[in-house]
Amino acid sequence: MDIRSHEFQARAVAALHDASLQQALDKARDGFVAKRAVQVAELSEFEALREAAKTLKDHVLDHLDHYLERYEAAVVAAGGHVHWARDDAEARRIILDICKRVDARTVTKGKSMVSEEIGLNAALIDAGLTVVETDLGEYIIQLAGEAPSHIIAPAVHKTREQVSDLFEKAHGGPRLTEIADLVDAARLALRERYFQADVGITGGNFLIAETGSSLIVTNEGNGDLTQTLARVHIVTAGIERVVPTLDDATLFLRLLARSATGQETETYTTLSTGPKRAADLDGPEEYHVVLVDNGRSRMLAGPFREMLRCIRCGACMNHCPVYGAIGGHAYGWVYPGPMGSVLTPLIKGLDAAYDLPNACTLNSRCASVCPVKIPLPDLLRRLRHQQFKQAITPRRQRHALAAWRLLATRPKLYHALERLTARALAAIGGRAGRIRRLPGARGWTEGRDLPAPPGRTFLERWQTERGQS
Amino acid sequence: MIETPKASPTVGLFVTCLMNLFRPSIGFATAKLLEDAGCIVSVPASQTCCGQPAYNAGDNDAARALAKQVITAFEDYDYLVGPSGSCMATIRHDFPVLFAADRNWRDRAEAVAAKSWELTSFLVDILGITSVQARFDAVATYHDSCSGLRGLGIKGQPRQLLAGVEGLTLREMKDSEVCCGFGGTFCVKYPEISVKIVDDKIRNIRATGADILIGGDLGCLMNIAGRLTRIGSPIRVYHVAEVLAETRLA
Repeated sequence: MDIRSHEFQARAVAALHDASLQQALDKARDGFVAKRAVQVAELSEFEALREAAKTLKDHVLDHLDHYLERYEAAVVAAGGHVHWARDDAEARRIILDICKRVDARTVTKGKSMVSEEIGLNAALIDAGLTVVETDLGEYIIQLAGEAPSHIIAPAVHKTREQVSDLFEKAHGGPRLTEIADLVDAARLALRERYFQADVGITGGNFLIAETGSSLIVTNEGNGDLTQTLARVHIVTAGIERVVPTLDDATLFLRLLARSATGQETETYTTLSTGPKRAADLDGPEEYHVVLVDNGRSRMLAGPFREMLRCIRCGACMNHCPVYGAIGGHAYGWVYPGPMGSVLTPLIKGLDAAYDLPNACTLNSRCASVCPVKIPLPDLLRRLRHQQFKQAITPRRQRHALAAWRLLATRPKLYHALERLTARALAAIGGRAGRIRRLPGARGWTEGRDLPAPPGRTFLERWQTERGQS
Repeated sequence: MIETPKASPTVGLFVTCLMNLFRPSIGFATAKLLEDAGCIVSVPASQTCCGQPAYNAGDNDAARALAKQVITAFEDYDYLVGPSGSCMATIRHDFPVLFAADRNWRDRAEAVAAKSWELTSFLVDILGITSVQARFDAVATYHDSCSGLRGLGIKGQPRQLLAGVEGLTLREMKDSEVCCGFGGTFCVKYPEISVKIVDDKIRNIRATGADILIGGDLGCLMNIAGRLTRIGSPIRVYHVAEVLAETRLA
C-alpha cells in the first residue's frame, strides 16, 4: 500500500468535513470505550494482567531469537514450512511463489494487518489471482476499493447506509438495510468462495513456540473457514507475535478481547498446527508461515523496542481524541492512531510521516488503556526528537525554537518581552478582553478567540505589590 | 516516603508562562492559598519556563538548558509549587529523564522533582488540607487536564477542595477526562483537529447546565474559553486556584 502520510493535514481536514464519516466515528467511539470500561470494571485483576503481559512480552523480546527458532522447529515438526521475510517485497515474493507453485486461482483471506503492511492484495491481483476478503469489515472495504481505517474494525468509517449501497451494487437484489440481513448477504456471497479457494491466507494473533501453532481470534468464524477449507494455508505474521506457550497465549487472550471490542472473549479462538494429518477430517494439504521482519529487528535493537509489545487491539485509537476526530484514513498508511503514529515512521521512514508523531496532544489516554503498557506518548516524543536531530522538523520551527531558547535562558530579557507582549495584547483586546484576529497566530484565532491579558504580568505586579522576589 | 511538612515551609512559586502573561490572578490566588496554609512564598526572578515546549518539540538540548535554570532557581526551597499539572509533570517526570546520562545534574533534577507539586495536590496530599475558606456562587463543571490527571494522579484533590466552597455546586460532565484539544503547540499546528476536539468538550460542558468551567491548567482553559467566546457562549472559565481563593460573592 502506498504511503500517503505526507498528506496528513489535508486528509485530516477533509475527514473533518465528511459528514458520514463523522457520524460513523461518533457512534464507534462511544461504543468501544463504554464496552471496554464495563469489562475492565468487572475484572478485578485487569491491572495485574496488564503488568504480567508487559513482563512476559519483554521477556520474549529479550529472547526473541530463541523463541522464534523454537517456534520454527515446532512448525516443521508438525509438517509445516516457515519462511523468513526481511521486508515487504520479500514477503510478497514468498507468498506469490507459493501461489504459483500450487497453481492457485482464488485466494481467500482472513483479517491480517501484516498482509496490508506488505501490500499483499495488490501483488496477488497483479499476478492474476482472485482475492476475496472474508472478514465482514474487510469484505465491505474491498467492495468499496478502500483500505482499513481501523486495525480491528476496518470498515468502522462506513455508515450502514453506505454498506447498503455497496451490497446492492455488488450482490444485486433488493436493497437491504437491516444489519442482520446485510451480514447474511455477505455470508451467502462468501460461502462458495471458501470452497473455491486454493489458498487461504490468515494473520496470526499469536504464534505458539512450544506447539508451532498459530492462533487467531475472530467474531465471524471466517478465519476458520479460510484456513481449513483451502488446499494451502499461509499464515502471515510479524516476528514479534511469538509467545512461549499455550498458557502464555491465554494471558494475552484475556486482555485482547476486553481491550479491543469490549468482549470477555472473542466468539472464535482457533489454533492451527501444521497441515491436515491422516486422521483429520478437514484441513489444508500445505501449511506455511511467513514471518515478516520489515523493520522489526531494527526496532528491537533501538529505543523503540517497547512498540513490539503491541498485540494490535486498537484500544489506543479507540481512546485517542485525534483518531476520534479524523478517523484512520487521514494517517495515510496501514496503521492509524497512536500505535500507527509510532509504527509508520519506524517502518516507512521519519520523513515519510513527519506529521504522525506530531499530530498528538500527548494526553496519554492511549498509554493508560494499552493492555501491554506501551508508553506511546514517550515513544512519539522520542520520534519528534529524532526528527529534530535529523533536521526533518521544518526549518521555521527549528529557528523559532532556537530563538525562543535564546530568550528563555535570559530571564530579564524574557520578562521584559513578556511585559511588552502583555501590554500589546491588552491593547489589541480592548474593552472586550478578547482577540478575534491576530497576525502570526492564525492557528489559534481561526477557530478561537485569544483571551486578552489584563496588561501587566504577574511577575511585574508581584514585584510592585510584594517588593520582593 | 513523604515527610511531614514543617509548620512554615518555604515554597518557591513556579510562575507558568501563560499565567504570567495572560492571567496573573491565578498567581496571586495560588500565593494566597499557600500563605493561608502557612507557607512562606517566594517568587524567584530567575525563572522563565519549564522547557516543556522544547521537550515536546524534540529539542532536548533546549529542554535541558531550561531545566537547569529551573533547578538552579528552585533547589534551595523546601518545595516548588505551581498552578499547573502540565508544567509540574514536566518537572517531576521529565527532568530526571532529560539528565539520565549526567549523574550530577540527574541527582539535582531528582531532588527538585521530588519536592515539586501541583497546587491542589500540594495542599491536599502534602499539607493535608481538606477545605479552604471560600465563597463562589455558581454551578460549575470540572475539566480534568490530561497532564495532571494521568501524569500526577490529580482527580480527587481539586474536587475535595471545591466541595468546601460555599455557594458552589459541582456537576460532573461526560468525558471530563478526555483531552480538550489544546496539547501545547498542537492546537496551532493542527487547528482544525483541535477545534473539533474542543467542540466535543464544549458539548459536554453545556450539557451539564453549568455556568462556569473550572480546571487546573491555563492552556486547556484558554483553549476552551477562546472557543466558548467565539461561539458566543456565556459560560465563563476559571482556574481552580481562583475559585478556591475567592472570598467575595461572585
